[in-house]
Formats: sequence, C-alpha cells, structure tokens
Amino acid sequence: MKFLCLACDEVMAFAERQLPGDGTLTAVFTCPDCKREMALLTNPMETQMITSLGVEIGGRTVPQQPMQQTRMGLESPLEDAFEAPPTPPAADGPVTWSVEATERLENVPRFVRGMVKRIYAEYAMEREIREITPEIMDRARSDLGLEGM
Amino acid sequence: MGPTTGEPRKVRGYAEVSHETGSELLEQVLGQRARVSARLDTIGAVIAVASGKGGVGKSAVTANLAVSLARRGASVGVVDADLNGPSLGRMLGLRGSKLVDGSEGVVPPAGADGVLGMSSELLLKEDAPLRWKGPDSDRFIWQGVTEAAMLREFLSDVVWGELDYLLVDVPPGTDKIGRFLDLVPTPAGVLVVTIPSEVALSVVSRSVASLREAGVESIGIVGNMSGYSSPDAEHPLPLFSGDGIRRLTESTGLELWAEIPFDPGMGSRTDRGDPPGASDDSVFGRAFQALADRVEQGFGGREVAP
Repeated sequence: MKFLCLACDEVMAFAERQLPGDGTLTAVFTCPDCKREMALLTNPMETQMITSLGVEIGGRTVPQQPMQQTRMGLESPLEDAFEAPPTPPAADGPVTWSVEATERLENVPRFVRGMVKRIYAEYAMEREIREITPEIMDRARSDLGLEGM
Repeated sequence: MGPTTGEPRKVRGYAEVSHETGSELLEQVLGQRARVSARLDTIGAVIAVASGKGGVGKSAVTANLAVSLARRGASVGVVDADLNGPSLGRMLGLRGSKLVDGSEGVVPPAGADGVLGMSSELLLKEDAPLRWKGPDSDRFIWQGVTEAAMLREFLSDVVWGELDYLLVDVPPGTDKIGRFLDLVPTPAGVLVVTIPSEVALSVVSRSVASLREAGVESIGIVGNMSGYSSPDAEHPLPLFSGDGIRRLTESTGLELWAEIPFDPGMGSRTDRGDPPGASDDSVFGRAFQALADRVEQGFGGREVAP
C-alpha cells in the first residue's frame, strides 16, 4: 500500500498512527516535498483485516511476540494456558520489578501476561534500565505505542 | 481524466514506485514467513496428514503414527491444524497441560511417549468454540486470515527444537491443504488418509490433484477403516462395501502405504490419550508398524540411533 502525491509525483511517507478505540484506525501520511498530509481511515472490518494479517501500518514498534496474534485475538481463552518458566527467561536479564510494577502486572490477564512482561523487560534492557516501575511501564506504553495491550 | 486538460491522467503504478512509505507491510509479512522457515530448519521431516474428506480418522492416524515413531527412538512433534475441531490434545494425553513462556518462544507440552504437541485445545476454555475478537459484521471475510495466522504461530512461535518428525494434522477441505502449503511449501511429504467409501474416493482424489498441482511429489496413501478388527482377530472383517482405497491408488498411481483396520479397543485407547500405535502384534499394531516403516523410508527424519 502506497500513497502517491499526484502534485509532486512523490510517495507519501508514513507519519503517524492512531487507534481511537472505536475499532477504526487512522494512519497519516505526508508528502516529503510539499508536506501535504492525508489520512487513511479504516472501518472496524478493515482494521480487523490488518490485525488478522499480523502487520502494523507504519511498521512495528516492538518485535512480534510469541503467539501474539493468537493471544490477543482469542475471545474465550483458557486463562491459565501459559505458565512462567521455572527460571526467568534470559530476555529478563538483570532487570528487576518493583513491588508496584509487579502488582500492576498481576492485573494483566494471565493469558497474555508472559508476553506483556517480556515486552517491558526487553524495553528496559535495551535502555539499560535496571528496575521496572509503573512509571517505566507508562513510558514504555507511550514510546512503543502499545495500543490495545 | 486530468484536472484541466481532459486527457487521461498518467499515474505511476505500484511497481513503478520504488520508494518505501516507511510502513514496511511487505517486510512484515516476509518476516513472518522467515520465522516459520527458521523454526522448521531444525526439523528432519515436516509431514502433513491430510485427506480433504472429514471423518476418515486423520487425527487418530496422526496420534498413532506419532507414538509409533517415538517408540523407535525418534523425536516427534504434532501440530493440530484442525483449529475449529481439535482433538489431538486429547488423543496425545495433553489435556490440562500448560504451555511455557520460554525465552525462545512457547514451549509445548509433551504427551504420550514424549510426543510434543500444539493444539487449540490447549488454549481454549472447555467446550468454548474458536471465536475471535472483532467486528461481528463480515466476520467470514477476516476469520480465515486470522486462523491462518494462528496456524503460522503454531509453526513459528513454538519451540519445537531438533525434531526428527513434525506431523501436521490438516483439517478437511482442499483449501486447508493449500493453507498448510502456503506456510510449508516443501514438506517432506504428505500422507493422504482415505476410507473405502465411494464418497471418500471422490473427495480425496481432488486433494491428491491439488497436492500435485502444488508440486508435492512425495505422497503416500493410508487406507483407514479398511476393515473391522479386534486384538484377537487374524484378519479384519469388511466394514464398508466400497473399494475406494484400491481405486484411489489405481486412479492416482500412488502406493498404498498402510491399511489400518477399525479396532474399537484401539480407538477407545486413542480417545483416552493413550494411542497404542505399533505396540503389539495385532492387525492394528502391524498396520502402524508398516506405516512407520514406510514413513521412515519414504519421508525420512533425522538419523536415529538404533
């Protein structure tokens, strides 16, 4: 999918993605020459098609997590289908979790908790953050654009 | 038309536009395929168990073949690609088993004879149908794409490790065979399961044709329910009046790799999560012995120490 600025004959570049929460998606593209902007708007069914393909318009902000589409999409999952490994995965590295952050993580449904924990741990490790706190979690959500997670 | 001239406007086509948008949609899709390929690289032979026809016993054949190979020392995994009608979790004794969030992906549980398994049964509440979050309108449009993604994740995101064989139980429908081949274009082979009935002959013939159109050359026919047997019986009794198995092999030119009788006791054990496979000298056991022989010779897994 590409958008061509007809006035400049230039491919418009992805600029911004928004998920207003009503099942629609907005993706803003900008012409690199004339700076004209346009927005792609999808209805809920079209948004779902993009989700079903496992792609993100604008590129992925975090690598696709193991069984992410299945875990995010199932309507009646078996909540305790996944369990934590006996020893913390290497992806956690030296990262520790504050009491408050652990409590907040406990509120995440069990079916996706391991996946969400891994995303925060990778975020912290990449930025050499030693302890994950609620503030770090908020920052990660904002930086990574974790819409719907 | 052009805005002022009245002449047809010349707009460049997609392939003529080389600049990327920064959205990288194609790269994301290719990345998904690459993950499947990378995960399956450590597997000796990926084998589909398919039919096209429902109710021919593909899952029972898959479970019993899996344990038969495992008892020979092979490391075996099973993917239950029948996402809407899963049964392999039960047949391999995996019900209640947990998946583990490992560093390299999702670690599957081991069931009967150490066979690793992945099935939607492990992910769904008891008796819950496979349903997806999303808009109810036009559900049929996106549901197939979502299910294809689930199967892709079963292949790419599960830590299968170094297996000799990964058996994929493909649900009924030639389209489902196509879905599997989209993800695994060059399997080591496909076992096509059929039964003696004339109806099965017609449907399964189409599946064989679609496999050949897709370039799959290694195909073995498995004649299931070829008769009625019991552990003490010397020879199975007829179960169907048709001769569809023989006619399928004649019309397709494919070899019959095994004829498996219906044995109520063996079926019951399979349903309970204790598939007998080639465990004894019964007609049923000998049939799976023969099938495991043919799979080893025809599709080949890794070298297994004697």
